[in-house]
Amino acid sequence: MRIKLDINGTVQEVDTEPRTTLLDCLRDNLNLKGAHAGCEHGVCGACTVLFDGEAVRSCLMFAAQAEGTPIVTIEGVSPGPGELSPIQDAFCETHGMQCGYCTPAMVLVAHALLADNPNPKREDIVDAISGNLCRCTGYAQIIDAIALAAERLRGDNRPAELRS
Amino acid sequence: MSETANHFRFVATERRVREDRRFVAGKGHFVADIDLPDMRHVALITCPHAAARILRIDKSAALALPGVHYVLDGAELASATLPLMTGLDTPNVPRRPLAHEIARYSGEWVAAVVADSRALAEDAAEAVEIDYEPLPFVLDAEQALDAASPLVHEAHGSNVLLDKTFVWGEVEKDFAASAHTLSLRVKWGRSSTVPIETFGVVARWDPWREILDVWASIQMPRYADQIGAALKVPQTSVRVHYDVDVGGSYGVKRGIKHTVLVGYLSRRLGFPVRLIEDRLENMRGGDAHGPERLFDVDLAFDDKGIVRSMKMRALENLGAYAGRSPFQLGKPIGDIVGPYKINSVQYRALAVVTNKTTQDAVRGFGQAPTNVALERGMDEIATMLGIDPIEIRRRNFIRRDEFPYLIPSGTTYDSGDFHTVVDKALAATDYRELKAERDRLRAAGRLAGIGVAACLEPSGGNATFEALLNPSITTSTFMDSCRISIDGMGAVTATMHTTSSGQGHETLVGTVVGEVLQLDPDQIRVTRADSLNSLPSGTPVGSRMAIMLGGAAFHAAEKLKAKLVAIAAHDLGIPLERAIYERGSVHDRDAPQNKRGWADLVQIAYRSFHRMPPDMEPGLSVAHVYPVPTGGKLPTADGRVHMYPCVSFEFHLVLVSIDPDLGVPEIARYQIGHDCGTQINPKIVRGMTMGGVAHGIGAALYEEFAYNDDGQLIAQTFMDYLLPSSHEMPKVNVVDHETPSPFTVLGQKGSGESGYLGAPAAIANAVNDAVRSLGLSINTLPIRAAKLADMIEQAKSPRANNT
Repeated sequence: MRIKLDINGTVQEVDTEPRTTLLDCLRDNLNLKGAHAGCEHGVCGACTVLFDGEAVRSCLMFAAQAEGTPIVTIEGVSPGPGELSPIQDAFCETHGMQCGYCTPAMVLVAHALLADNPNPKREDIVDAISGNLCRCTGYAQIIDAIALAAERLRGDNRPAELRS
Repeated sequence: MSETANHFRFVATERRVREDRRFVAGKGHFVADIDLPDMRHVALITCPHAAARILRIDKSAALALPGVHYVLDGAELASATLPLMTGLDTPNVPRRPLAHEIARYSGEWVAAVVADSRALAEDAAEAVEIDYEPLPFVLDAEQALDAASPLVHEAHGSNVLLDKTFVWGEVEKDFAASAHTLSLRVKWGRSSTVPIETFGVVARWDPWREILDVWASIQMPRYADQIGAALKVPQTSVRVHYDVDVGGSYGVKRGIKHTVLVGYLSRRLGFPVRLIEDRLENMRGGDAHGPERLFDVDLAFDDKGIVRSMKMRALENLGAYAGRSPFQLGKPIGDIVGPYKINSVQYRALAVVTNKTTQDAVRGFGQAPTNVALERGMDEIATMLGIDPIEIRRRNFIRRDEFPYLIPSGTTYDSGDFHTVVDKALAATDYRELKAERDRLRAAGRLAGIGVAACLEPSGGNATFEALLNPSITTSTFMDSCRISIDGMGAVTATMHTTSSGQGHETLVGTVVGEVLQLDPDQIRVTRADSLNSLPSGTPVGSRMAIMLGGAAFHAAEKLKAKLVAIAAHDLGIPLERAIYERGSVHDRDAPQNKRGWADLVQIAYRSFHRMPPDMEPGLSVAHVYPVPTGGKLPTADGRVHMYPCVSFEFHLVLVSIDPDLGVPEIARYQIGHDCGTQINPKIVRGMTMGGVAHGIGAALYEEFAYNDDGQLIAQTFMDYLLPSSHEMPKVNVVDHETPSPFTVLGQKGSGESGYLGAPAAIANAVNDAVRSLGLSINTLPIRAAKLADMIEQAKSPRANNT
């Protein structure tokens, strides 16, 4: 079947089977490899994408169900080739990852959280990433990364005289 | 001994990890990202019984489906390939990618379907009809020892693969001379590392070049050797690409059976073949389970709690087949006494096969279970004598002025300062306040307990335990390598020779080379060879890469620097000793204005050969193959061997609070004292510790590959095999100490394992402290909340048990 998907601000037509998950469609039909398969039963969150701004599991959804809703994948987060968003940069600053497999999902979850809550407490960050498993880091440096990103996005790292 | 001043430029500074940029952008290069033209996909058919004879495989309906190319069974594969390499000499326990005639565990791969897509392959797998004759089976290790139990491999004649007893020192005499003895039984449940990326491999056979190209999420020493051997092709016909990012491994990504399977299929069918395990294939049939071990420990000690001798029997439930997994009983020999001055040890390493999933290497290679046994024992001594558990450890610790320290089993520990690390951890957490907090929780009706654990992390990966457990093996080093080139335009490239699974090795190499050559590490390109153009590398196992790859990079950079100095000295017409290297240029010590800059040196080496010292090779390219420091020896006749060059040390201090009705343990406080010598990259070291603790919390409280009585694995999804999430991970405070190793190039030691080695023991001790007042003692991991609740309930009202 042919469906139209709104991915990273561009509507693309895809020919896919009705049973194809959004995850497989992104990876196999659209060559967007940043969403990863971890468990394919909705627990690990490595396949997370932003679905109308909300972090969802692309392995639990058919591609066809995604028609008509704007989707952002990790490939839509970088401002340009080789450039990092403030959140991506914060993950690099704290080394909020090791193997990098769960990382795109963690970055997207951070985007969703900070869009909603620019001033999260530690518990808010812990809650936000609790649906995404990371086996490498024990989460500490991921939590640090999101807290740092929030601080920077709020402008709290500016010199005092430049703060409003 | 402790150093605080950093005399390095780049080492031990808070530099970013260069790998991170590609990962935050979703631009890692994982095996599932590899799309080759004409690539076909594999799905596996698994045995539904704990043991069964395969009577008939009917492939016809599957092969009739569109897009289906092949159904491979074990008989064909066994006739065309050799069994996989094993660590022990057990020829009657052959291990193959697909079961041949008999399947020996539920979930074992019986046949493989190849189709145009994974989805079609899965459809076709359902259409393959297989008739089985179920056979008797055995699941429990102690039952497997019983001569009346079914044999997992009949031709082997027993279920025992390994039974070796070592006696180091006067054990019986020390026991007789000790005022007290104590016995305990500790059980470590079957769990593993369970990376979020399953194992995957893509293989492409090129019949015109006669090369099998392999891309895999691999962390396997001698991987290419084993592929070639099993497929009966020369080593020169296997090219493993090391530039694949591995999505977590922590030991377990060994995938040799997967690779032989798809390698064979690609040769047989003439197109590239890919197998990416799904989660079920991974957990059931991926042969990636970890140790399941039963310990019987006897300790002999005096009135002050000084431990004089130990007897330890470790019984390992290997599962149905064995590769290197029995060696996980061997590595703990390298630090069998932990950080303690135990005078003599008897150790019996016993491994049996059962009808469970096959094991492979797990973080620490068998030491996390051993450390639980030892550290539970130390706590039991403390309880018996009424001595504080920290004090009992202090009394037994090796003191910093006693290093290098020879332990009874033959390893000499390099350095350490255990007492100071403990002091720092206690100061950082305010131990008195921690005790007060525990008592407040108790007063509020919670069961609360403090647990401590010390652990050593032997690092540097010299696998001499192989020779100890299998004398036909004569491996006495396990090298790593680095090649560095300055090109004709003056840019520097360093090459490493293995895959990585999150350890930041590109950053490691860049930092070390930059340090030696006094160049900005970010300007140094780090690449990975493939197995046909690589130097020898042992892969990232045994907590070794900071030491081994770091050592190789250091020495290669020193060689390159020496060449630059020699070229400059010759061109300046001065003796070598007057030529001083500084930040890429070389000057005359006695006349600093006389110098040759980087561009001059590159020009001479690459183009102005007439200005080179006589007999020197043109160009600026060097390689260094680095043997394990302190390695090079085989075991002695009485079973002693020096294993790893370094020991890192970690001290864990945990406050656990348990809901008395629900039995759910919550970790209220977590403090670590950590010493891995020089930290080449502190961000990476911190991550390793935190990740190790999370992994250890999982093994202590949540994770178990549980089987039912029918031999079915019942924890086979992430809904029943529970990995700690951010909610289960407490805030962990780490205080660092730095005791450099005298045996490594920068004083560095390993840091990949100690979080995982210490956490399970500390948590088990904390839970025991919490329930001790009820007369309970818990020595089985994982400590399940439901079981704990039942035990608490029963202990509180003993008669309730009878209602």
